[in-house]
Amino acid sequence: MSMDHKTPEDFQKEAVELHTEYMPRKDALSPRERLGIPPQEMPAQDPVARRANFNEVATGYSAEQAQVEALRCLQCKNRPCVEGCPVRIDIPGFIQAIADGDYAQAIAIIKRNSMLPAICGRVCPQETQCQEPCTVGKALKDSSKGVAIGRLERFVADWEREQNRIKPPEVAPETGKKVAVIGSGPASLTVAADVRRAGHTVTLMEAFHKPGGVLVYGIPEFRLPKSIVQVEIDTLKAMGVEIRTNFVVGRSRQLKDLLEQDGYDAVFVGTGAGLPKFMNIDGENLIGVFSANEYLTRVNLMKAYDRDNADTPVMRSHKVAVLGGGNVAMDAARTAVRLGAEKVTIVYRRTEKEMPARVEEVEHAKEEGIEFRLLQNAKRILGTDDGRVRSLECLLYELGEPDSSGRRRPVEIPDSEFELDVDTVIVAIGNDSNPLIQQTTPEMEFNRWGNIVVNEDGATSMQRVFAGGDIVLGAATVILAMGQGRQAAAAINRMLATA
Amino acid sequence: MAKIIRKEKLAPAVTRMIVEAEHIARERKPGQFIILQVHDDGERIPLTIADADEAAGTITIIFQVVGRTTHMLDALEEGAEIAHLVGPLGQPTHIEKFGHVVCVGGGIGAAPLFPIAQGMRHAGNRLTVILGARNSNLLILEDDMRELADELMICTDDGSAGRKALVTEQLAECCKKNPPPDLVVAIGPPIMMKFCAETTRPFNVPTVVSLNTIMIDGTGMCGGCRVTVGGQTKFVCVDGPEFDGHQVDFDNMMRRLAAYRGDEQKDHDRCHLELQISEKEGA
Repeated sequence: MSMDHKTPEDFQKEAVELHTEYMPRKDALSPRERLGIPPQEMPAQDPVARRANFNEVATGYSAEQAQVEALRCLQCKNRPCVEGCPVRIDIPGFIQAIADGDYAQAIAIIKRNSMLPAICGRVCPQETQCQEPCTVGKALKDSSKGVAIGRLERFVADWEREQNRIKPPEVAPETGKKVAVIGSGPASLTVAADVRRAGHTVTLMEAFHKPGGVLVYGIPEFRLPKSIVQVEIDTLKAMGVEIRTNFVVGRSRQLKDLLEQDGYDAVFVGTGAGLPKFMNIDGENLIGVFSANEYLTRVNLMKAYDRDNADTPVMRSHKVAVLGGGNVAMDAARTAVRLGAEKVTIVYRRTEKEMPARVEEVEHAKEEGIEFRLLQNAKRILGTDDGRVRSLECLLYELGEPDSSGRRRPVEIPDSEFELDVDTVIVAIGNDSNPLIQQTTPEMEFNRWGNIVVNEDGATSMQRVFAGGDIVLGAATVILAMGQGRQAAAAINRMLATA
Repeated sequence: MAKIIRKEKLAPAVTRMIVEAEHIARERKPGQFIILQVHDDGERIPLTIADADEAAGTITIIFQVVGRTTHMLDALEEGAEIAHLVGPLGQPTHIEKFGHVVCVGGGIGAAPLFPIAQGMRHAGNRLTVILGARNSNLLILEDDMRELADELMICTDDGSAGRKALVTEQLAECCKKNPPPDLVVAIGPPIMMKFCAETTRPFNVPTVVSLNTIMIDGTGMCGGCRVTVGGQTKFVCVDGPEFDGHQVDFDNMMRRLAAYRGDEQKDHDRCHLELQISEKEGA
């Protein structure tokens, strides 16, 4: 046990006291009193214990914690949080419902705008979205002390699931129209549900043997339990969505054949960003260098964490360097720790402030003993005589002038090379767009980065074909993909209603 | 699920299966491959498509029993089902009338070579096929190739069938003729492809090789299949599987193929225990 780690019981004890103090006067609390309520922290598994298991790290608020946190919300009239939410959930509305103890109402409010709250509550970067403009955080001069909207969202979504209250949305009478949804990640799951709701027949087509896309092959169990994704898939099935796995559109069937020969009236392309970028440095094809996609897929989807029973192997690494500073880099590093690596290092060429990873993931990674080497970057990978990784040569960087993204550009410091002794290098610097649809669909317009060009409805240059998620956005987030899916589904439903 | 319609032993450790796969049979083209899993959580392994019958909705796979997954696959009988089968994957072979095409197949490489040879022949090329194997028992598709090719040459390491020679010796002779072949397609163990490419290089004969690497999804997502071609990183699954043999870094590819050899040996032993195969039968 770590000494300074607070257990869920510690948090609960504090929350019960606050609950007793504030709940009886919940509707009469002044803004000043609300600002005085301590922010409720997320209970988590002990950092030492969790280094050796794949169970979820953040264990979720208790009802008392959730209600105390909900009382911190000022119910602002101008609702800056809603502006910060890509799908514009009525955030003050659902938080008020939690304070009132009406969790069913809270989840109903969220579900008007979001299909996947149990997932978004876990993986959304709230600190740069809804939580960033929160008045509470501004008043306390610390955005991390804003109302924990994501944790509250997760709380009610989990409550609904654990109470077995999830009901498949009602499906309108069958229209006889058929829609193919390609891919089964967050954008596609959203489209499938929304289009099916309108009474259209939906077939979800997935290249892998299991649906869920990045939610099952990419995001690890300790951050997003697979059982939660499975509930969403099961809900779609209960609505009558047909799921066709092992089916690669572009290869198993041409996209245009779906429309011209197989009788589909519309197609949604949500194939994601999956084409891992590499650094293009020497030694990148040595044994022991992996894309984060490969490393995570072996462990998550192919279950290589269960070394004794899984057919798919994963390297037995001792010293691991992970290149990159996003969520995927954190996921890969924390996975390597759990697989038994003695030393895991994140190498990132900017500072912690510029890291795209969620703050909570960075904190969890640090607690788990992962070393952060900031303002450093890989220069080349050195190998042994038999072609295995021996070390990583790095360079020191410093921050220069701001670049087009507004972040200060990292500049290498000449002659600052040094070697890190590692046997594994995981490259987590993002994805390019997957080329499969582009290679096989000459009718469709793509931009120079290989992303599908769409209008505001998600319509592509091909008649009756829509697209959304990372194949349009480049590598983005679950919630943005879902938001795009929402829009495309609405456009598909409009088109089919008049066709 | 893909049902096994027919199963037959082509050589002691080489099996041919005809498998139900309607859409793959319809869409596949020479040079493409499939990925299969023997059970729900089984390892995903790429296998080339040796043939297909569109009317019957079946494809033919031919595999050598080498690791845990191929052992389990080989233990399935007619009527049983393969849990997952996805494809066709990879870019099809570029087929046109080149003139004289020499197809070189080493061991199990004859299987993916067959549809390519078929395609080349149907496109109006003069077709020479060179088949090589360690010994006559390991020679496959000899009759099919004989029927197809204008000329068939057989060589074995021990002389138990055809000439006692390496395929590269036969290939060198083809290249020395005037005019030399217009195209060579070489498929087999990496070491054979490497030396075929070295053989044709001095003659400037374009040489296509088909690579079979470790891969997971087969759609570009994992990057596990990457190889160095002409100094650049390429993905076998979406850029290949066929590449210019004169540009491929075979030494790097062979090392990468051996990445999990230690684990595989252990798996292999465990698998023999579980499936109760004696070392003799399996080998």
